[in-house]
Amino acid sequence: MSDLSDLYQQAVLDHNRTPRNFRRLPDPDGTAEGYNPLCGDLINVDVKMDGDVIREIGFEGGGCAISKASASMMTEVVKGMTRDEAREFFDSFRTAVTEGIDFFEAIDKLGKLAALTGVSEFPARVKCAVLAWHTLRAALDGNKATVTTE
Amino acid sequence: MAGPAKIEVPEGLGKPLDERSVQKLREDFPILKQLVHGKPLVYLDNAATSQKPRQVIDAIADYYESYNSNVHRGLHALSEQATQAYEGARGIVRSFLNADEDREIIFVKGTTEGINLVASSYGRAHLQQGDEIIISEMEHHSNIVPWQILCEEKGAVLKVVPFNDDGELLLDEYERMLGPRTKLVSMTYISNALGTVNPVKSIIEIAHERGVPVLIDGAQAVPHRPVDVQDLDCDFFVFSSHKVFGPTGMGILYGKAEILDSMPPYQGGGDMIRSVTFEKTTYNDLPYKFEAGTPNVAGAIGLGSALEYVSRIGMNNIEEYEKSLLSYATEAVSSIEGVRIIGTASQKAGVLSFLLDQVHAHDVGTVLDTEGVAIRTGHHCAQPVMKHYGIAATARASLAFYNTRADIDALVKGLDKVIEVFTL
Ligand SMILES: Cc1ncc(COP(=O)(O)O)c(C=O)c1O
Repeated sequence: MSDLSDLYQQAVLDHNRTPRNFRRLPDPDGTAEGYNPLCGDLINVDVKMDGDVIREIGFEGGGCAISKASASMMTEVVKGMTRDEAREFFDSFRTAVTEGIDFFEAIDKLGKLAALTGVSEFPARVKCAVLAWHTLRAALDGNKATVTTE
Repeated sequence: MAGPAKIEVPEGLGKPLDERSVQKLREDFPILKQLVHGKPLVYLDNAATSQKPRQVIDAIADYYESYNSNVHRGLHALSEQATQAYEGARGIVRSFLNADEDREIIFVKGTTEGINLVASSYGRAHLQQGDEIIISEMEHHSNIVPWQILCEEKGAVLKVVPFNDDGELLLDEYERMLGPRTKLVSMTYISNALGTVNPVKSIIEIAHERGVPVLIDGAQAVPHRPVDVQDLDCDFFVFSSHKVFGPTGMGILYGKAEILDSMPPYQGGGDMIRSVTFEKTTYNDLPYKFEAGTPNVAGAIGLGSALEYVSRIGMNNIEEYEKSLLSYATEAVSSIEGVRIIGTASQKAGVLSFLLDQVHAHDVGTVLDTEGVAIRTGHHCAQPVMKHYGIAATARASLAFYNTRADIDALVKGLDKVIEVFTL
């Protein structure tokens, strides 16, 4: 078990307290709802596209600090990415939070999302970290049904 | 060996519990001695499942080591011994619940299966289109979903008794709901999410005045207080072994003999029949009619041992001790700034559900875990309760008789840590 401060880093707590892009977008090009049945948390992600590029993104809902911080940071990093780039980023992020990653490598690959890789030491919380990402992918795919972490 | 059907109370036990005698009892629970994340385990998740004393673990091991065999079948010595122990456990349960006869005690998998059995057998036989079943807003999902399935199948109506913001059932509404079409009332004794102790005796009396039978979900009652099914006069009573210091995969459905007798079988198979031909099969008598297939023999023996164990301590002593521990916990936790207690009924047992301002229950749970404190966070399989309060989850500390004030102090210290982490 690693230290708690690895999980609740300053950046995580900050994004939890003042989440970025915390709003619904009018007329989104893609939208999806994500649900974590374990905690009953619900999140909405809306995207506005410019061709294949994510021009704007907003989220609302979420619950615990991990899910909220992950969603908030996500909205910052994926803005300007193409669909494929966002999907690829999610894959690396998911691998990092499930399997663990060297912190410096994480900073290199994931930027500010590295702050969340401490989650890999807390298996019960991995789903909280990836909820927003699953929801984003569904929004990009034009998938209407609610996605769940199960 | 076959358990005695009467529970004997040895000298020196059965006295009121205090911190010292509880310390001594804790030594019976091997699991409580460990460190979690380097800190002594503080187990406050008893409403989810309870820990097992050495006596229960030994009884199960003894069965597998010395007389494992099938019951009601072989003529050989081991089968005889296993059957005696299995039926002995039935006798212990009967005595524990003060049921009238052994055949009113049906071994099932747990509370969930007990309710499903009644819904499936009693419900299918007695319900018609337009009939009504009454439950409450504070039920565990296992006392909601089986009735929804049944009502859907039958075109029947599920009515729900609401509770007030303290978590107390609105009995006036309940009385109004009972009507000529009401076929069954199914209610929890104690809410696993709120800790409310419902006035089940009145609930049963009111239903009986109108000739309506009542099922009581006793999952959260049996570990915390004495239960006398004849005094309650309930028609069905269900509970799970694992919540009362026994093994998982075992539970009890009590039913009044005449009602059980009138019910069709639940599952078909071995043991539940008297004779089988392709033309006509006749069913066995109670309780075997409802126990198809090789049963959970070790589970029954373990449950019997667990009930003997708590009976030696005395359920009334456990009730008294926990009452004082719960009020200590309530006071300590509510004095933390930013805490809101969910469930403030005047009669409560075992459960302290709460919210911490600005901090999600899951974050509370994770921080407490790193302090060695195990609680449950989430909706506690009672989503309608969460909806009542407009929340997604609570943090829930739940007690057993082996908890001490030191456990509560550790919880409070852990909550201070949560606040420290989240107000940095
Ligand atoms: C009040 C109540 N009813 C029913 C159940 C279901 O019990 P089991 O899962 O053992 O069948 C529980 C367990 O959480 C409970 O607390």
